[in-house]
Amino acid sequence: MPRMTMIEAIRDAMDVSMGRDENVVVFGEDVGYFGGVFRCTAGLQQKYGTSRCFDAPISELGIVGTAIGMAAYGLKPCVEIQFADYVYPAYDQIVSEAARIRYRSAGQFTCPIVIRMPTGGGIFGGQTHSQSPEALFTHVSGLKVVVPSNPQDAKGLLISAIEDPDPVIFLEPKRLYNGPFDGHHDRPVTPWSKHELGDVAADHVTVPLGKAVTRREGSAVTILAYGTMVHVALAATEDTGIDAEVIDLRTLLPLDLDAIVASVKKTGRCVVVHEATMTSGFGAELVSLVQEHCFYHLEAPVARVAGWDTPYPHAQEWDYFPGPARLSEALRGVMEA
Amino acid sequence: MVETPKGGLFVPEPEVRPGGQPDFSKVKIPRAGSVERPPVDVDPRDIREMAFSIIRVLNRDGEAVGPWAGTLSDEELLEGLKHMMTLRAFDARMQMAQRQGKTSFYMQHMGEEAVSCAFRRAMEPGDMNFPTYRQAGLLIAGDYPMVDMMNQIYSNEADPLKGRQLPIMYSAKDHGFFSISGNLGTQFIQAVGWAMASAIKNDSRIAAGWIGDGSTAESDFHAALVFASTYRAPVVLNIVNNQWAISTFQGIARGGAGTFAARGLGFGLPALRVDGNDYLAVHAVAKWAVERARMGLGATLVEYVTYRVGAHSTSDDPSAYRPKTESDSWPLGDPVIRLKNHLIRRGVWTDDRHKQAEAEVLDGVISAQKEAEKHGTLHAGGRPSARDMFEGVYAEMPPHLRRQRQQAGV
Repeated sequence: MPRMTMIEAIRDAMDVSMGRDENVVVFGEDVGYFGGVFRCTAGLQQKYGTSRCFDAPISELGIVGTAIGMAAYGLKPCVEIQFADYVYPAYDQIVSEAARIRYRSAGQFTCPIVIRMPTGGGIFGGQTHSQSPEALFTHVSGLKVVVPSNPQDAKGLLISAIEDPDPVIFLEPKRLYNGPFDGHHDRPVTPWSKHELGDVAADHVTVPLGKAVTRREGSAVTILAYGTMVHVALAATEDTGIDAEVIDLRTLLPLDLDAIVASVKKTGRCVVVHEATMTSGFGAELVSLVQEHCFYHLEAPVARVAGWDTPYPHAQEWDYFPGPARLSEALRGVMEA
Repeated sequence: MVETPKGGLFVPEPEVRPGGQPDFSKVKIPRAGSVERPPVDVDPRDIREMAFSIIRVLNRDGEAVGPWAGTLSDEELLEGLKHMMTLRAFDARMQMAQRQGKTSFYMQHMGEEAVSCAFRRAMEPGDMNFPTYRQAGLLIAGDYPMVDMMNQIYSNEADPLKGRQLPIMYSAKDHGFFSISGNLGTQFIQAVGWAMASAIKNDSRIAAGWIGDGSTAESDFHAALVFASTYRAPVVLNIVNNQWAISTFQGIARGGAGTFAARGLGFGLPALRVDGNDYLAVHAVAKWAVERARMGLGATLVEYVTYRVGAHSTSDDPSAYRPKTESDSWPLGDPVIRLKNHLIRRGVWTDDRHKQAEAEVLDGVISAQKEAEKHGTLHAGGRPSARDMFEGVYAEMPPHLRRQRQQAGV
């Protein structure tokens, strides 16, 4: 199997999808000729032509709004928002339109679109290049929300998202684009070429939406994580020596509740971790579901490790980012309870 | 000379408020037939002045004059008259049904019937409209079953949208009528996307977007103009300027600064203004813009100058913000009466036949209403199942919704 970075895997997913289905179109700001500011669409315009992959005006609502119209026609647009931090001008189109068109038209019109957006921090991106807005989408009925944590999943999940009949918000942790990152920012970063999850199947491959995966089996505590935090969770497990089970949720909506419940019932303890701010973050939903479904198996309160309830700062990057130290502390706390 | 500004924030006010004398003297109305008809492949730069004029066909005497006349036969015009009369009768009955508690809500088209009814005649099967809530004429003139419209309004057991949508938010894909959204302006940019898709597939089908004067202030309007122009999308972008956005006069959306049509000029779009109460003019302009789009020449922005005679909705009382008799003073008159007079003048219609037709149209609406009410109204008779509430959120129901449906006991 070829080794790929997450960028290459994402580009490959679009390449494969465009090759298989001529209704797949790709557009966004700087996505066409230039190939994207993160290179995720490099070469696609050259290969498929300007009618299939093209540059868009700087208008997020325009990008998503036209994609919705294209989907109503019968195309399968896979569009890019340059940073998740800039999706808000398109929020009305996503929430009021994309998510509801199937429902409100009783299935006459559907919206099989994918909205890709680089998300997350850990890159000194400051306030508007670091946000994790997933909770703003998991609260919306009719959307699917996906966050891959490695090249293998990124390709399989993106192809699944493009083939999915419903609108999918596809959040790409940009901190993981070139290599796994476990939050130990003082250590050298390894590239995906040195990681087994950089092995990406050639051609068509899918990873089902709505299915979590266990990244590390353990018996002491369950860590629920996604995106960059999967690698932080593995690091914290190693740092503490606590035999944690690490679940990579992959899809936040719809959520793989069965996998979560099975793990927490086994371990009796649970820590939820995400980069996004704490209050009303997706972690609150996870904690609520765990207490509802695993109450009699819990031996400690469910803990949450998250970004602080502040805008994402610049200079204080590593005070803000929920790294292995903070997660380790939470793990120890849960084990002592 | 600009008046010396006084202190404080400037907020535009309509000329007249309740109790005042209606005054439309500032609305400049060109003579019918006086505006030229350029070829459809005209360079938009050569017709910029058209964004400031008004294309009109019917003159005061009911004659069709000028270069925009002659796009429809007498038979087609008689049919058009019937469409407008049907929409008006439909409106009146549904307005009454709302007052009787048979539905929660309704919005009329009074005075604007020509716009959607005539436009629909310029579209072809396969084309797609992205309407607002005030273009039901697209359905009436497109022969969509009136009973289905009423079933939707009543949210009854035969409602094609299964009771999920507020009344009048129709959806009729097979009739080229996109699902209406409550969120204003959103469909304007979606129409552009649909048209781009048609272009991507080398298709000849075109789209039409619809927006009101008030909603041109939404960001979606701006985005639609950029994308339509950038990609030369085969779309007709329609602005229905009925002077009012609920209680706010068009000046709050900065109407009166140039025109709404003129907003297309900065984007390089051809921009036409048309008498929205002149069925013939609306059709002629629609035909021009549709042809232009279908030939791959790009998008056109069209402003229909009309007046919202009725209340904004059944929840609105316009006498609180504008003179009660204002619509009587509207200089472009009533679209139904103008077309009627034209057909009488042509010798193909009479007052008696009009009265008879009114009675026939009303009969048709009433029998449709009886048919619809057999399936129930909002609070009585058949209603959609509560199970339907959980269906269709996704193509396949995810586990969490299945659990909730079980919890709801349906």
